Amino acid sequence: MDYDVVIGLEVHIQLLTDTKIFCGCLTKFGDAPNTNVCPVCLGMPGVLPVLNEKVVDFGIKLGLATNSTISERNIFARKNYFYPDLPKGYQITQYDYPLCKKGFLEIDVDGGSKRIGITRIHMEEDAGKLIHDEKEDYSYVDFNRSGVPLLEIVSEPDMSSTKEAVAYLKELRQIVMYLGICDGNMEQGSFRCDANISVKPKGSSTYGIRTELKNMNSFRNVQNALEYEISRHVELIEQGKQVEQETRLWDAGLGVTRTMRTKEESHDYRYFPEPDLIPLIVDSVWIERVKKTLPELPREKRHRFAKDYGIPMYDAEVLTQQRDVADYFEACLKFIDAPKDVSNWIMTEVLRVLKEESIDITKFNVTPEMLANMIALIKKGVISGKIAKGVFEEMHRTGKAAYIIVEEKGLLQITDEGVLREKAKAILDSHPKEVKSYKDGKVQLLGFFVGQLMKETRGKANPKLANKVIKGLLEE
Amino acid sequence: MKVDLREVEHVSRLARIYLTDTEKSKFSAELSSILEYMDLLSEVDTTDVTPTVHTLSIINALRHDARKPSIPHDDALQNAPSESNGMFSVPKVIE
Repeated sequence: MDYDVVIGLEVHIQLLTDTKIFCGCLTKFGDAPNTNVCPVCLGMPGVLPVLNEKVVDFGIKLGLATNSTISERNIFARKNYFYPDLPKGYQITQYDYPLCKKGFLEIDVDGGSKRIGITRIHMEEDAGKLIHDEKEDYSYVDFNRSGVPLLEIVSEPDMSSTKEAVAYLKELRQIVMYLGICDGNMEQGSFRCDANISVKPKGSSTYGIRTELKNMNSFRNVQNALEYEISRHVELIEQGKQVEQETRLWDAGLGVTRTMRTKEESHDYRYFPEPDLIPLIVDSVWIERVKKTLPELPREKRHRFAKDYGIPMYDAEVLTQQRDVADYFEACLKFIDAPKDVSNWIMTEVLRVLKEESIDITKFNVTPEMLANMIALIKKGVISGKIAKGVFEEMHRTGKAAYIIVEEKGLLQITDEGVLREKAKAILDSHPKEVKSYKDGKVQLLGFFVGQLMKETRGKANPKLANKVIKGLLEE
Repeated sequence: MKVDLREVEHVSRLARIYLTDTEKSKFSAELSSILEYMDLLSEVDTTDVTPTVHTLSIINALRHDARKPSIPHDDALQNAPSESNGMFSVPKVIE
């Protein structure tokens, strides 16, 4: 039997504010435990939370970027439960009145596009971090993360394959990184994802029973966990068994999901309005102010690059992966009108060097102007593409312009046919055996001679010309 | 009873308050009468009335995203019943 898969995703992103959502403690990751804490985020009695306005700015930003309606009236709520990482015994979040509602994202899958609804986006605080020691009977709590601002983005159950789910996550992650509101780090947990998934016989109008999946800290884990869960559901249905409504944890090591809590054990959060925080009213002036700070979004940029610069969609995807790389690409084009050449150099050499040496492109020695000028030298035939690779390395190492390096090192391409012919003759004279074999029909030896000539000229011979000269001499 | 014994047990479990059987019956009766009294409110017509979440008339108490000093690490751990390596230690919890 064929099945329809229904997936909805809940994403939590940690915001790149300097300080926490309700107090002035730093949000910095990796500091010594319990050093960025104060009575507010430690949940001491008698303290009052005060909302960080930047959290609202960031929420509005994401709301606008996801075509959502921004709510005018915002109320915070208490979500009550006991857990050692939650010092107050409740999490301050939004419940009935979230900041953003009814948005959507467009994703690109299998050459087409699909609209994924976003039910809501709301602000809340993160909990502390629990560290478990396998040998000990204790867990340890670090409250540095307690009160770090989060946005929770809840999608509609609009995704019908793992592919779409991953595409949605990638798109969303790229957007929050473009907006500069989240660093998108899945492993460190600043971009976290939970999934709701169910399966039903193809075409059936009633949903199957859903399970909730947690603990997937990479795109690969999301993909694997969802695939595992789909086949688990299908198997149960085919055996005539029921899928239990429950929360399951993905175990990446074993490649399975396992029960975390069943429906009976599910939480009863007893939400109620947070009396310590007064209503937040977001008026149109505020929304307009934030709107002015919105950058071009990744998907728009991607499609614009492919269309306006005539580069393949694949190139556009790679180049727009990070906003700074996209900016670098466009900056190069101010100096040279050769989008595909620039794209090739960025996708191969530039990104490789940046990755190998963990350099930020904004701090890269080779400026867009320098790269463009070097590409211009290749296009004018001054240097060969092969020589250019060395020049590129040298630019990166020394910060010198390409033409200076070419001059200093004497790398000018040899385009003088007379000079090449001279050298080629000498090579043929010292390889009589090979010349004979060539003349006897072993024409693939042409490559060998050209290689010798390139070697002799230390790569400076114009490759096309070298070919032509050798061929000419051999066939004389 | 508006709040039956099962409900009392559920709520006491959520609040981590352990009750004897006598207490359960007592609270069941008391909580029921409180809620019945509150039911008076549902006799008022509240159509078109925005739910009151706060009695103050002020809105938008905000702060800039500016750092304020945190408290010293030792102060933070001062009330911890038990600590280890600069962290609060708690009975092992793994979900």
